[in-house]
Amino acid sequence: MSWGTLRNTNQERELFQRRSFVAIIVVILMTGVLIGRFYYLQIIEHETYTTISDRNRVQVQPVPPTRGLIYDRNGVLLAENRPVFSLTVIPEQVSDINALIGEIRDIVDVPPGDVENFRERLDERRRPFEPVPLRYHLTEAEMARLAVNRHSLPGVEMEARLVRYYPYGRLTSHVLGYVGRINEQDTRRIDKVAYAGTHYIGKTGLERVYEKELHGEVGYQNVETNARGRVMRVLEREDPSPGQDLTLNLDIRLQQVAHEALGDRRGAIVAINPETGGLLAQVSTPGFDTNKFVTGIDHESYAELRDSLDKPLFNRATRGQYPPGSTIKPMLALAGLASDTVTQSEIVHDPGYYELPNSSQVFRNWKREGHGDTTLYDAIVLSSDTYFYKMAYEMGGSMMADHLAHFGFGSVTSLDVRDELPGILPSPEWKRRVHNESWYPGDSVNMGIGQGYFLSTPLQLAATTSVLANRGERRAPRHLRYIEGDIPAQHLLPDVVRPPVEMGQESDWEYVINAMEEVVHGSEGTARRISPGLDYRMAGKTGTSQVFSLEGEEYDEDEIAKRMRDHALFVAFAPADDPEIVVSVLVENGGSGSSTAAPVARQVTDAWINGFPDVLTDQAVPGAMENDGTAGGEQP
Amino acid sequence: MSQEFVRQIAFEPGHLNRRGGWMSRLHLDPWLLLLLSLIMGLGLVVLYSAGENGMAIVQSQALRIGGGLLAMLFFAQLDPMLYRRWSPWLYLVGILSLVLVLLFGAGAQGAQRWLALPGLPRFQPSEAMKLGVPLMVSWFLAQLSLPPRLLPILMALGLTALPGALIIAQPDLGTAVLVIASGLAVLFLAGLSWRLIMLMVAAGGASVPVLWLFVMRDYQKERVLTLMNPGSDPLGAGWNITQSKAAIGSGGLHGKGWGEGTQSHLDFLPEGHTDFILAVLAEEFGFVGVTLLLVLYALVVIRCLFIASMAQTSFSRLLSGGLAIIFFMYVVVNVAMVSGLMPVVGVPLPLVSYGGTSIVTLLAGFGILMAVHTHRRMLES
Repeated sequence: MSWGTLRNTNQERELFQRRSFVAIIVVILMTGVLIGRFYYLQIIEHETYTTISDRNRVQVQPVPPTRGLIYDRNGVLLAENRPVFSLTVIPEQVSDINALIGEIRDIVDVPPGDVENFRERLDERRRPFEPVPLRYHLTEAEMARLAVNRHSLPGVEMEARLVRYYPYGRLTSHVLGYVGRINEQDTRRIDKVAYAGTHYIGKTGLERVYEKELHGEVGYQNVETNARGRVMRVLEREDPSPGQDLTLNLDIRLQQVAHEALGDRRGAIVAINPETGGLLAQVSTPGFDTNKFVTGIDHESYAELRDSLDKPLFNRATRGQYPPGSTIKPMLALAGLASDTVTQSEIVHDPGYYELPNSSQVFRNWKREGHGDTTLYDAIVLSSDTYFYKMAYEMGGSMMADHLAHFGFGSVTSLDVRDELPGILPSPEWKRRVHNESWYPGDSVNMGIGQGYFLSTPLQLAATTSVLANRGERRAPRHLRYIEGDIPAQHLLPDVVRPPVEMGQESDWEYVINAMEEVVHGSEGTARRISPGLDYRMAGKTGTSQVFSLEGEEYDEDEIAKRMRDHALFVAFAPADDPEIVVSVLVENGGSGSSTAAPVARQVTDAWINGFPDVLTDQAVPGAMENDGTAGGEQP
Repeated sequence: MSQEFVRQIAFEPGHLNRRGGWMSRLHLDPWLLLLLSLIMGLGLVVLYSAGENGMAIVQSQALRIGGGLLAMLFFAQLDPMLYRRWSPWLYLVGILSLVLVLLFGAGAQGAQRWLALPGLPRFQPSEAMKLGVPLMVSWFLAQLSLPPRLLPILMALGLTALPGALIIAQPDLGTAVLVIASGLAVLFLAGLSWRLIMLMVAAGGASVPVLWLFVMRDYQKERVLTLMNPGSDPLGAGWNITQSKAAIGSGGLHGKGWGEGTQSHLDFLPEGHTDFILAVLAEEFGFVGVTLLLVLYALVVIRCLFIASMAQTSFSRLLSGGLAIIFFMYVVVNVAMVSGLMPVVGVPLPLVSYGGTSIVTLLAGFGILMAVHTHRRMLES
C-alpha cells in the first residue's frame, strides 16, 4: 500500500501457497536424498564400513609365553619368574615427558640411571601406545602413593610383569648368564613373530644356549581397544605355550661350597661327574649379581663391573685360557707310555736341569737340586720337570699333540657351555700355520711341562682329567640333565660320541692314577699338605702356570707384584678307584698349586663325598632332600 | 492444484480447537508439539548412549529442553502483530550488537563471536540474527504487494547482506551462510520470480571462486578439501569424516543396538554427543533409526509450512514459512556434514545435539509459529 499498489490478498495468499508447495516438494526430495545417502552408507557399503570400524577397535596382540624355569639337580629353583610391579608411561598420552618425570619423582624415587634407561627405550622402536617402563620393583608404599596421585598423572600406569629372577644371582652368574631386554642386536637373530610380545631374551650363559626351549611359543589375543589404545576387553585368545623347564646337573650347594672356597680370590672351579659328564659346579670368581642386568643395568654400575681389575664379567672357567702347567703331566705320561717313548720302569736321572742335546740350552727343574733317579711314577708324584723335559724332547711336538688331542686339549669339550674357548694345543703344524715359524726342540721341552704356547681353560682341564678318571672313556661336559623334569637331556643335546683314549696296556691307567693318588696321599707328593684327615682316596696333580706378560694397563708397584705371581692350578678326582667327582681349580696369581689350589679342591670333593655341612643345606637348599629321589641317584 | 493439496492436508483451525481445548487455550499446536517431542525424546535416548556420563548429561539436556519449552509457551502467547511491530527494532539492535562484537567482542580461536555487555549475560548476536533477519525481511516485504518488484528485492537483499557481511567479518562463515539463507528463504516465499532465482543461483555459482580466493580462510578451505578426499589426512582433519562414516556405515539396517556403538563408546567418533550425534544414532539404531528421525524432521517442516499457508497476514505467512525453511536447512547442513556430503561446519543437529543455546532459540521460533497459528481473528471478506 505504501508503494501505491492495490493489494490483492487472495492472489498473494495463492502465490505463497504455490511457493510453500514447491518448498514442501523440495523438503521431501531433500529428505529423500539424505535418506538415500544413508541407504548407500548403511546398506550398500555396510560391509566396507564394518571393516573400517572393526579395524579401528580390534587389535591383535601377542601374548608372551612364560619363560621356562631352571632347577639345579635337586630341584632347587635357580631361575624363576617373579611378578614385579613397575611404573610405566604411555608416551602417546603424555604431552610433556620431562614435566611428568619431575612430577613422578615428587612421589616415588626414580634414580637417574632409570631415567637414562627410560629415555633410551623411548627412542627404540615399539608398538604405539605400548607402555614404556620407567621404574621397576615398586614397593607397596610406593604403589599406594602412586595410586593416590594417579588422576593427576595421565599416561602413567602400574604394571605387573613377570621378570626373571635369579635367587642365587651371584653364585650362578657365569653358569646361567642372564636375560635382558631385547635390543637391536637381538632382533637380528630372532624370529620377530615368535618374539612379538616378549620383552626379555637370554643374553649369556645357559639362558642364551637354551633360549629356544626356555622361551616357549607366543600366543595371540584379539582385544578391543578404544581410540587411545586402552584395552577394553579380550575378544578371542589363543594361549601361549610356556617355555620348557630345565633341570641342570649343577648342585647349587656344591656351587656355593666352591664359591666360598675361592673366597675373594680370583679364580675358577669346575666340577664334573665323570660318569655322565654332568657339570656339578662351574664357578668363576668374582661373580656378579645377574639380577641387575635383567631390567637394565645403569651405565655407572656397568662401567664399574666392566672396568674392574678383577674382571667379574669374565668367565674364567670357560673362557680363561691359562698355561696348564704340570697338571697335564699325567696325560703326557700316558702319551709317553702309549707311544713307547718311555716305560713304567725306566729311570731318568734328574740333576735339577735338562740340557738339550747338541745345544747349550738348559731347562731348569722347579727344584734346583733335582730329584735324583726318578721313574715316570716318581716324576708325577714329585712333578719332576726334568723327566718330562727329556720325554717331551724325545716324543716331539707332533706326537705329544696327537696324544693330548685325544683327551680333548685344543678343542671345545662341552656340549652346552656358551662361548667355551678351545685353548691352544701347540704342535709344529700349528706353529707353522699360526706363527709361520719352525718348531724348535725347545718348544717340545716347554710343552712337556704345560708351558710355552700351551693354553687350556679350567673347564677343559676338568674335562681332560675326567677322561683320566674314566680310564679313557670320554663324556662331554654338559649342564642340562632333564627337560621338563623328566625328559632326559639326550633329546636335546647333540649326540657326540667321542672315541675313548686307548692305551697299549690297561695297567698304564692304574700306574698313572696311582701316581696321582701318591701326589695327595704320599709323603713326597706335591699335594701332601691336604692329605691329613682325608678319609677317601683322591688322585690329583698340582700345577703352576707362569704369568708372562702384563697387558698395557697401569698398576701400582704392589699390584704388579701381586698380579705377576704365578697362577695356581690343581686337578683331582675322587674316589680314585671309582670317581664320583672330577675337580679343576685355578687361582689367579695364587702362587703354587700345592699351597693354594689343592686345599680349595679338597673342600669341594669333601663336600661332595662326605656331604654338605648342615648350615649350608639350610641356607642354600631348602627342601633339597625331598627332591633327591626324582633327581637321580648320583647323590652320595 | 497445489492450493487444493495444501487445503486438503492442513487441519482447519476450528477442527483443532475442538480436538484439544486446553492446548488451544495455551496457544499450542498439538501436532507440532507431538513431532517436536518425539524428536527431542529420541535425542535424549541417543544422548544417554553418546555421552560419557550417562544420566548427568541427559538431565542437563532435559533441563535445557524444559527451558526451551517454557520459551516456546511464552512466545506462543504473544500476538503476531507484536512480532511485526518489534521486528525493525530487534533487527536494529542486532546490527548494533554485531558492530559492537567487531569492536569489543570476545572469542576464541581468532574469531570474535561473543558479546559480554555489563549487566547482561554473554550472548552471540549472530545467533539472534538467525531470527532477526527473517523477522526483518518479512516485515519489510509484508508492506508491499507481492510478488515484489526489483527495487524492493534489492532492498531486501541489502537487509540480508548487511548482517551477513558483519558476521563474515567475525569471521563465522557457517552462521553467515545460514543467516543469509534465512533472508533468501523469505524472499523465495514472497514470490521472487523464477528468472531471478535462476540468476541468483548462477551468480552464487560464479561467486564460489571469489569466495575461495578472497573470503575463505585457510582452515575453511582445508575442510572443503578434506571432504573431497578424507584419505589425504586420515588422522587430522579427515578423522571426523572418516570416523563418522565408519560409524554410520557399520550401523547397517538395524544398528548395533542401544549403547552398543563401538565407534562412539570407544571414542573413535569425535563430538559424538554434539555435532556428530546423528552418527551415534545411525550406528546404534541403523538405517531404520535415521530414516525415522529424518521423516520426523520432514513432517515438522511440512507442518510448519501448512501453518504458514493458513496464516492470515502476509507477515505471518512469510515469517513462519521462513522459519520452517531455516529449520530444515539446519537439519540438512548437519546431516550432510555428518554423512560426508558437506564440509565440516559447526552446526548442531537441531533439537538433538547436546548443549548450546540453540535448543532454546529453536523452540522459541516454534513458539512464534504456534502464535501465528493460534492467534486468529475474523477477517473481512
